[in-house]
Amino acid sequence: MKEALEDLRRKADHEIASAKTGEDFLDIKTRYLGRKGLLTDLLRGLKDVAPEEKPLLGKLSNDIKKLLLEKIERALEGAAFGERSKALREERIDVTLPGRGVRYGKLHPVTRVESEICDIFATLGFSVVEGPEVELTYYNFEALNIPEDHPARDVHDTFYVTNNVVLRTHTSPVQIRTMEKQSPPVRILSPGKVYRPDSDISHTPMFHQVEGLLVDRGVTFGDLKGVLTFFLRQMFGKGTQLRFRPSFFPFTEPSAEVDIQCVMCKGVGCRVCGHSGWIEILGSGMVDPEVFKTVHYDTEEFSGFAFGLGVERIAMLKYGISDIRLFFENDRRFLDQF
Amino acid sequence: MLVSLKWLKDYIDVELTPEEVADKLTMAGLEVDSIDRISPAFSGVVVAKILAIKPHPNADKLFLCEVFTGDRTFPVVCGARNVHAGDMVPLARVGATIPGGYTIKSSRLRGELSEGMLCSEEELGIGEDATGIMILPGDLTLGEDLARALDLEDVKLEVSITPNRADCLSMIGIAREIAAMTGGKLRHPDITFEEKGEDIHSLTSVTILAPGLCPRYTARLIKNIEIRPSPSWMRMRLEAVGLRAINNVVDVTNFVMLEYGQPLHAFNFRSLEEGRIVVRGAREGEQFVSLDEKTRTLSADTLMICDGVKPVAVAGIMGGLDSEVEDDTKEILLESAYFNPSSIRKSSRYLGMGTDAAFRFERGIDPDGVVRALDRAAQLIADLSGGLICKGYIDEYPRKIEALRDIPLRPERVSSILGTRIEAGEMKEILEGLEMTVSENGPGAYLVTPPTFRADITREIDLTEEIARIHGYEGIPTSLPKLSPEAVTTSDKKTLQSSIRSILNGYGYSEVINYSFISPVSADILGLSEDDEGRRFIRLEDPLGEEMSVMRTNLAYGLLATMRKNISVGNHDLRIFEMGKVFTDVGEDLPREHERMGALVCGARYDRLWHFNEGLHADFYDLKGCMENLFDALRIRDVRFTSGCDRPFLHPGRSCHVILDGRTIGFLGDVHPDVLEKMDIKGKAVVFEFDLLPIISLGCENVFYQNIPRFPSVSRDVAFVVDEAVEGRCLLDLALEKDENLLEYIDIFDVYDGKGILGGMKSLAVRFTYRSATRTLTDSEVDEVHERLVEIIVKQTGAKIRGLEI
Repeated sequence: MKEALEDLRRKADHEIASAKTGEDFLDIKTRYLGRKGLLTDLLRGLKDVAPEEKPLLGKLSNDIKKLLLEKIERALEGAAFGERSKALREERIDVTLPGRGVRYGKLHPVTRVESEICDIFATLGFSVVEGPEVELTYYNFEALNIPEDHPARDVHDTFYVTNNVVLRTHTSPVQIRTMEKQSPPVRILSPGKVYRPDSDISHTPMFHQVEGLLVDRGVTFGDLKGVLTFFLRQMFGKGTQLRFRPSFFPFTEPSAEVDIQCVMCKGVGCRVCGHSGWIEILGSGMVDPEVFKTVHYDTEEFSGFAFGLGVERIAMLKYGISDIRLFFENDRRFLDQF
Repeated sequence: MLVSLKWLKDYIDVELTPEEVADKLTMAGLEVDSIDRISPAFSGVVVAKILAIKPHPNADKLFLCEVFTGDRTFPVVCGARNVHAGDMVPLARVGATIPGGYTIKSSRLRGELSEGMLCSEEELGIGEDATGIMILPGDLTLGEDLARALDLEDVKLEVSITPNRADCLSMIGIAREIAAMTGGKLRHPDITFEEKGEDIHSLTSVTILAPGLCPRYTARLIKNIEIRPSPSWMRMRLEAVGLRAINNVVDVTNFVMLEYGQPLHAFNFRSLEEGRIVVRGAREGEQFVSLDEKTRTLSADTLMICDGVKPVAVAGIMGGLDSEVEDDTKEILLESAYFNPSSIRKSSRYLGMGTDAAFRFERGIDPDGVVRALDRAAQLIADLSGGLICKGYIDEYPRKIEALRDIPLRPERVSSILGTRIEAGEMKEILEGLEMTVSENGPGAYLVTPPTFRADITREIDLTEEIARIHGYEGIPTSLPKLSPEAVTTSDKKTLQSSIRSILNGYGYSEVINYSFISPVSADILGLSEDDEGRRFIRLEDPLGEEMSVMRTNLAYGLLATMRKNISVGNHDLRIFEMGKVFTDVGEDLPREHERMGALVCGARYDRLWHFNEGLHADFYDLKGCMENLFDALRIRDVRFTSGCDRPFLHPGRSCHVILDGRTIGFLGDVHPDVLEKMDIKGKAVVFEFDLLPIISLGCENVFYQNIPRFPSVSRDVAFVVDEAVEGRCLLDLALEKDENLLEYIDIFDVYDGKGILGGMKSLAVRFTYRSATRTLTDSEVDEVHERLVEIIVKQTGAKIRGLEI
């Protein structure tokens, strides 16, 4: 009896080992372990064995049954997995083909840089205001202490519409319009388009400026330096070297041009910086008392500073663009890069 | 302005390298744009001495020279007759190069060996004298390189002078700045000369008829001059700063202008009718031939220098051809004057003559330096031309230019503006270093009188700048202004624009920026009618070209031009948008400026990738869908697109108004094929444009949350067969107008006009979605409402229900 049980187990093992599909395993299971299976048949002979052997043989047959069941279940699982895998393998796709969808559109680099500038100054409390692009000469010049027939107008080649109307040559008129309406403190930033009749690799007849103005009690030249240093380091990186040097603008005094160390050569001297190691980046100064008089601010009580910078110029440095005209040609191959 | 460092050293000792000088000037507000090292155009030429000369045995016109360079003697064959034994001469040795690209070789001339070449000034490119070999001063060292021996090397600085610093438009002005910064001592030229003969007052006179425009006019007469080329030191000075040497009189006037900043003019005295000077305004339309041989038409406010009869110079700008100093001129009248700056500026702009003299006069010269420059020039002309300076000078000074005196200065105030403590004593020192007079004005206060050449200094703030400048901006510590408790605001418009940008970027649209000026022809190309608002252009007086001569009244034209440009370089598929202003003349000083947003789509609907069929073109509904989503994302609900748009540049059957709250804010449509043809654009384009202003206030509307529905919805689909002309929106509106509470949503999900639909008809499949917030709807509840709505639509549009044979 014992031999017969062992024999059955060996045979079943053998069949399980050589079976392949799930069906084969189910067939083995029924044939050996089913209600009318070989094991049941064999156990019918149990009534003929000696009573003292019965418990032993009973345990043996149970063990064999359990063992076989486990093996078959495991095999069945394996077979199912194999079939699913095969099916999935057949669903294989070429993952290297490009994905589907709409390509994200691009922001114009001028917008990108202008927003960056506005965001930095927002952290210092500057609010954005805007003004007209076609402007009265009064706001563009006279109110900014640039009288007619003054050489200071030389740097402002101007598009005239009529005798007293121009395309603004800078965003500074917004200063005056704001101060006319608002008493100090004033802390504004004015981005926008400006126009000068000039067209070559470094000039376009339209470009963008951002102008800032801060007026309050006790504002100093040191504050001007602090605010602009913060801005430029934020814009061009933590360690950016800069220098303030005296200059002249009719509406500020003292005036300062601000240079940053050349971003291309790191101050060694190259074509971009004219071998000086420095790049002119913005103009600034303490608001001239004449300007305050125009808007009826008390020049003893209040002081302030103003600054202006060209957006394209910064974008050119930031992105390494050497021809300013590209900004307004709107070639897709240019725009797609930002 | 160009500055020669060598020339500068005539007035100040400079121990600094050129780079250090440039840096000092730049940091004092005189920006140095470039540093150029100048060296002569020859090499290998040395100082040599002629030991002996003998005639060439085989040639009448040649000589054999023995030339000594201190260590060797060279045989040199030479053709010049001006050299003698003992003369010091330049020797270009074998291997030397001279201007014109010549390299000197050892050669035999008519059988005699020549090892080098003796050179003339002209051959070396250091002068124009080609008549003979250049004879060098006897004290030079033999064998020394000629460039070094003659100090021909120089450094040229290009300095940008800001309009307020007229005083720095001269070598002495620049030297003075360096002196102030380095503590060096400024050396003025020594002006001494002898006057001879008659008194000028008995020979000529000056009458100023326009004292407002010419407050001061001074003159000297110089006789017996001999016009000839200036000596090389003078020529080198002028040429180093980019001026061409002309003759010993003209060169002196230029030299003194560059030395002192005072422009001068020399008249050929014999050519002056009645031998006198009259300063007056021109007669309107008067003609005048200037030195450059151009005929100028004058305006009444142009100030002229005249003789007794006619104009002889445009005051302060340029002399006349007829009174020019010529080779045979023997007597000159030398002018040194102060002209009204803005008058000179007006005239020079009117005449288009931006001369060096005008540049200085319009910025303001030193009214007290007029006579000094006159004397300096007289001295030099007499020295260089052998002329005799007549006794005395004329100084007509009808309007005294009062120098500003005693500007109050409060050192406290200066420190508080700069944000750093500078001692009063240092301020005083700085100002005195700039030749200002500083006196006490009670405790802690000064009175400052600037020198007459600093007309730019009139107020305390001007002094503040001078103090900051010389103290050094780098010495002022940085600080931050105190924070303000005010909220930072950005304009609603900016906020809206930035939302629009992100939304459209997500939709694949890229931003473009076009010039605000366009061609007026654009109005014709777009087919705008004569009375169209889009023709009310703001026109520029002096545009860069006709195609950029008016301010745009729409964005669409610029977008189309951008499309054309892109197609021409092979970019066929575009999704672009622009935000910016358009300008309309409204008959007032300033135009109406409107913020607009425009978009254009053309080419393939999708990138040409493997997923999509080629040739699937973007159309009206692509742009419309994008714009619907844009408004939705901006939470602007009440936007409608209605047919009947009459913009002449749009396809009449494929365009619509964009309406917000009953008001037309823009248009959307296919571009009219005629427009594309006129612009030479192949293909199709869809454009969209609307005013930003009306939506600015709406864009920031707050969101109120609605509960998510708890009960299921029920949908019913109906296909209405209607006349092709019936607009889908009309069906939806009919249903929506009934304001049925249970109708949650209604939309068209299919349009069909294929098989089974009669010609001229179409089938619009509409999905009605019903829902109650409080309960699950029963079929009969839904049916009741649904049938009512369908009936309305059928009745109003004459529709037939597809699938229902009624």
